[in-house]
Amino acid sequence: MALLEVNNLEVYYGVICALKGISFHVNEGEIVSLIGANGAGKTTMMQSTVGIIPKRGGQVLFDGQDITKTPCHKIVKLGMTQVPEGRRIFQELTVYENLMMGAYTMKDQQEFKTELDKIYDLFPRLAERRKQIAGTLSGGEQQMLAMSRALMSKPKLLMLDEPSMGLAPILVDQIFSIIKELHAAGTTILLVEQNASKALEISDRAYVLETGNITLSGTGAELMNSPEVQKAYLGG
Amino acid sequence: MEVILSTLINGLSLGGIYAMIALGYTMVYGIAKMLNFAHGDIIMVGGYVIFVVMATGNPLLAVAVAVIACVILGITIERVAYRPLRGASPLAVLITAIGVSYLLQSLAQIIFGSAPKMVTVYEFGSVQFLGATVQVASLVTMAVTVVVMAVLTLFVKYTRLGRAMIAVSEDRDAAQLMGINVNAIITITFAIGSSLAALAGLFYLMKAPNVSFTMGAMPGIKAFTAAVIGGIGSIPGAMLGGILLGVVESISYKITAIAPYTDAIEFSILIIILLVRPTGFLGKKRREKV
Ligand SMILES: Nc1ncnc2c1ncn2[C@@H]1O[C@H](COP(=O)(O)OP(=O)(O)OP(=O)(O)O)[C@@H](O)[C@H]1O
Ligand SMILES: [Mg+2]
Repeated sequence: MALLEVNNLEVYYGVICALKGISFHVNEGEIVSLIGANGAGKTTMMQSTVGIIPKRGGQVLFDGQDITKTPCHKIVKLGMTQVPEGRRIFQELTVYENLMMGAYTMKDQQEFKTELDKIYDLFPRLAERRKQIAGTLSGGEQQMLAMSRALMSKPKLLMLDEPSMGLAPILVDQIFSIIKELHAAGTTILLVEQNASKALEISDRAYVLETGNITLSGTGAELMNSPEVQKAYLGG
Repeated sequence: MEVILSTLINGLSLGGIYAMIALGYTMVYGIAKMLNFAHGDIIMVGGYVIFVVMATGNPLLAVAVAVIACVILGITIERVAYRPLRGASPLAVLITAIGVSYLLQSLAQIIFGSAPKMVTVYEFGSVQFLGATVQVASLVTMAVTVVVMAVLTLFVKYTRLGRAMIAVSEDRDAAQLMGINVNAIITITFAIGSSLAALAGLFYLMKAPNVSFTMGAMPGIKAFTAAVIGGIGSIPGAMLGGILLGVVESISYKITAIAPYTDAIEFSILIIILLVRPTGFLGKKRREKV
């Protein structure tokens, strides 16, 4: 059974149609990526799936439950969370306080400590800087904090919107290896990327989004070898 | 010396009142991203509730009922008038808020008439302090202000709910992604702001014991000025701005002895401060999203 299943999702901004009824799914244990050019509707699809942007039509099922009309803050509790595009960490709060916000739905103090230790193990940099005001972190550190903050809620499905945006190549590699690590540890991942080659390389399956429509889908390797994808996204 | 002392104490207590009102403006602005123009009129409603309940002769009961009534009113206004406009243009929200303000004033005028009502909540009397005559009510106002500010500061900084408020004020969408119920946080913000407005109304009545349907307008605008001077959206800024404005008002009233001059001086100071520091003393420039 699919962990996340989206059927005929339609989103409008005023009269402009940003998503024209797209369908996709993510099975438990997969890494699925969604690639597409600027303005294709990737962020719209991510945000409408979790209820930040209202949907005009369609259906979203998570873990067998219909969450089409569930407000965003309740979806987090069900085990689906998102690292938004542009990181969106809380600049005025410290690193530690940001992580506390990530665990907002977690009531158990012991559980919180366990998660926090896991995060500090995964990102020693954040442990060193736990008292630092998040707005003063470097771009790479902010991306790590954004990912850690999302992980604090122990998601079954982690959605990442362009985690490599604006990072130096070495950091991009680091982010991708962390995604693989998280996946190996049992987290299902839905990844949005402009860095198509890197995304396809680690993905079980992928979708191509073009101006509000899914035009192609297949395994990571299939898409990597598809002439259309090579031409449009891999510069080949 | 006595004159300076009594002017200062008067100014600080008046400043405390402004600060309490300014906190309501600034928190609602910071968290709900709107200017609640009707905030001053909550003070007026609190005043009338105190007037009505004082028929029982019990000041504590009057204050308690006023706080509860204002909290319910604040939450209701947000739910009925502002929440449906979430996401609408700021101008539409502002006009709605102005409408709510006139609605409250007109209702009060219809129910209680246009003539002001006298109400004496409690006579604290006065004490001699370093040769000056000091109203005990002023000292009580100052003490309550200090306690309110300390509690609020600690609440925002060290509680789960307080941090959620900071998160919502910084980035509403990111806050939702943490599992924070933004609507609930906004409701709590209106509740806190309205309860402070009720307290401010109480202390205002101790200084000027008249309730009228326009009584919230001037303190409301001054407190808004205070919030802007301090840096709208900033809690310490509202406190600083409120106290500063109270002291300035008290001094300029002592010098000119004419209220309209006092107002002119206060608003001139606002303009000068904003020319020098457009974000107010403690306001920060909003970082634009990259
Ligand atoms: N708030 C909005 N109001 C109106 N139009 C919007 C809004 N947000 C996005 N759009 C439009 O919807 C389309 C899809 O935008 P979206 O942000 O989902 O693209 P994207 O694939 O994430 O692009 P990028 O790779 O640049 O992040 C674009 O044409 C964009 O201009
Ligand atoms: Mg995007």
